[in-house]
Amino acid sequence: MASNEKLLEVKDLKQHFRVGRKGVVKAVDGISFDIYKGETFGLVGESGCGKSTTGRTIIRLYDATGGQVKFNGEDVHGKKSTQELKKFNRKMQMIFQDPYASLNSRMNVQDIIAEGIDVHGLAKNDKERKERVEELLETVGLNKEHASRFPHEFSGGQRQRIGIARALAVKPEFIIADEPISALDVSIQAQVVNLMKQLQQEHDLTYLFIAHDLSMVKYISDRIGVMYFGNMVELADSDELYENPLHPYTKSLLSAIPLPDPDYERGRTRVEYDPSVHNQDEESEFREIKPGHWVRCTPTEFQKYKRELESKS
Amino acid sequence: MDKLLDVKDLKVSFNTFSGEVQAVRGVSFDVNKGETLAIVGESGSGKSVTTKALMQLLPKPQGFIKDGQILLEGEDIVQKSEKEMQKLRGQDISMIFQDPMTSLNPTMKVGTQIMEPLIKHQKMSRAKAKERAIELLELVGIPDASTRITQYPHQFSGGMRQRVVIAIALACDPKLLIADEPTTALDVTIQAQILELMKDIQRKTESSIIFITHDLGVVANVADRVAVMYAGKIVEIGTADEIFYNPKHPYTWGLLGSMPTLDNDGYDLIAIPGSPPDMTDPPKGDAFAPRNEYALKIDEELEPPLFKVSDTHYAATWLLHEDAPKIEPPESVKRRMQGIANTGTAPGVAKDGEK
Repeated sequence: MASNEKLLEVKDLKQHFRVGRKGVVKAVDGISFDIYKGETFGLVGESGCGKSTTGRTIIRLYDATGGQVKFNGEDVHGKKSTQELKKFNRKMQMIFQDPYASLNSRMNVQDIIAEGIDVHGLAKNDKERKERVEELLETVGLNKEHASRFPHEFSGGQRQRIGIARALAVKPEFIIADEPISALDVSIQAQVVNLMKQLQQEHDLTYLFIAHDLSMVKYISDRIGVMYFGNMVELADSDELYENPLHPYTKSLLSAIPLPDPDYERGRTRVEYDPSVHNQDEESEFREIKPGHWVRCTPTEFQKYKRELESKS
Repeated sequence: MDKLLDVKDLKVSFNTFSGEVQAVRGVSFDVNKGETLAIVGESGSGKSVTTKALMQLLPKPQGFIKDGQILLEGEDIVQKSEKEMQKLRGQDISMIFQDPMTSLNPTMKVGTQIMEPLIKHQKMSRAKAKERAIELLELVGIPDASTRITQYPHQFSGGMRQRVVIAIALACDPKLLIADEPTTALDVTIQAQILELMKDIQRKTESSIIFITHDLGVVANVADRVAVMYAGKIVEIGTADEIFYNPKHPYTWGLLGSMPTLDNDGYDLIAIPGSPPDMTDPPKGDAFAPRNEYALKIDEELEPPLFKVSDTHYAATWLLHEDAPKIEPPESVKRRMQGIANTGTAPGVAKDGEK
């Protein structure tokens, strides 16, 4: 499973968008985290918190405003020749949220999946290309007869499988999954999540899993980062985060999840997050409360959180 | 308890180029006064169509009610003309739609949209309707209501817009409120607020709610009773406790098993294999049989009737027949059911919240 080798290092990443002549939206405002080889890193937060922007900036769909992203020790956003860029693109792939919008409806499945193979010259001839596509289709649980069909002939879950096959086609090491299941039905969600887990083991993949469905993120992730308004407010192992959430926003987010359990639901009390609890005079920083558990806090809060954790253990 | 709504053997079909799609194939249920009934199921299971039929908002002319009765306080509304239905909609039955971005009119001020049903149904004067609109906005928790009613939908956030939609639905104190995935488009924290708001309003107005969703967590939160739909039929219906702690239908097992809980370490998610059937040509026998690992031979031949489990709990599966082999729900669903039922523990937060 997860090793200690860092695959991806994100340092003080910033992504600002200009709005109109003067306005600036700080979608991502200085976040840092590492992703280790073979792990699944979950990124959660509400819409507009910058989680998708983070994913898109990491894979260089946007040029970062500031900060660094290192993949295998190499800077992603540095100047690169076309050759280097190609090499990098092959190692990092993305699965998109909407399986209806992310597949070109005028291409058949074979061409959609093989596009990456063609770009990177991974197949020597047509026969090899076809074999590879058929192999991929079977890997994701579709039939090879599906290769000549078009996206409209598939259901949402099947389309998402095609999207996964396309990402796998170039044998990547790292996959960014941006809400890969939120457009799917519950029973189909489990199919896709199980498939992703199985592929991770078989192909030694590392995932960045972006979602707002916290229970699903908990299920698939080894570590989870919680984002709020462009900042990361808490980062910890997924069990630790759910058992000992420290930041008030994380608490509020966790307390808002409805669980399929009427007894629990009757007793659930929701905690509301009030940003004014933080002392604005003190500098907020991302600090490590206990090994592996980071929280964005002021020095006073740091002491408080530390005591809170100690009293619990 | 008083029955407000009684749906009897409702069948809804659509005429399409590829033939008649039987979206709803004989659905019966009732809703008591002041009660919340949740209808769950996958997309295409007919849950939305059922409620559209209640409102007679089926797309005409291809969609039609083929058979059955919808009794609202004893009166069959299937027979009503469009004009009579217009009087009913918004007055006795009103609806909260899924997407607050598209269900409001972007060119009309929010206040005017709330006043519309008041002026139309209750013959209020404009001034009075305006007063009531402000009251309603305050009721749904929108601050600074008197200036907000002069604004347009684009000036509201998603959660606030859904509140406006709820305010419109509530304007005439409807007896029955139909909420079609009202929180699916919203974030969890906003969802929690809207659900609390709806429950709060129900307590005050004693209206009945039909709540459509595919999120079992939301169901556990709001529902008194739950109906599980699959392929145009209700496959299991019962109180929330019966459905969550004593589910009988393999499809319900599948739904529960495919939802991760926060404390399910080590258990695998059970995916329901395959996808729902094509409703132009519904399969013979039990529609769920091809996806059901517990399917019996008889499932391929004969459709199971609703078997009675208790006075309030019914399930349509041959497994409940006295001659059927005894089959326990899959181990992980059972553990999950017990795990949840016994401990009811949630992540550390809930306890913090009590402080």
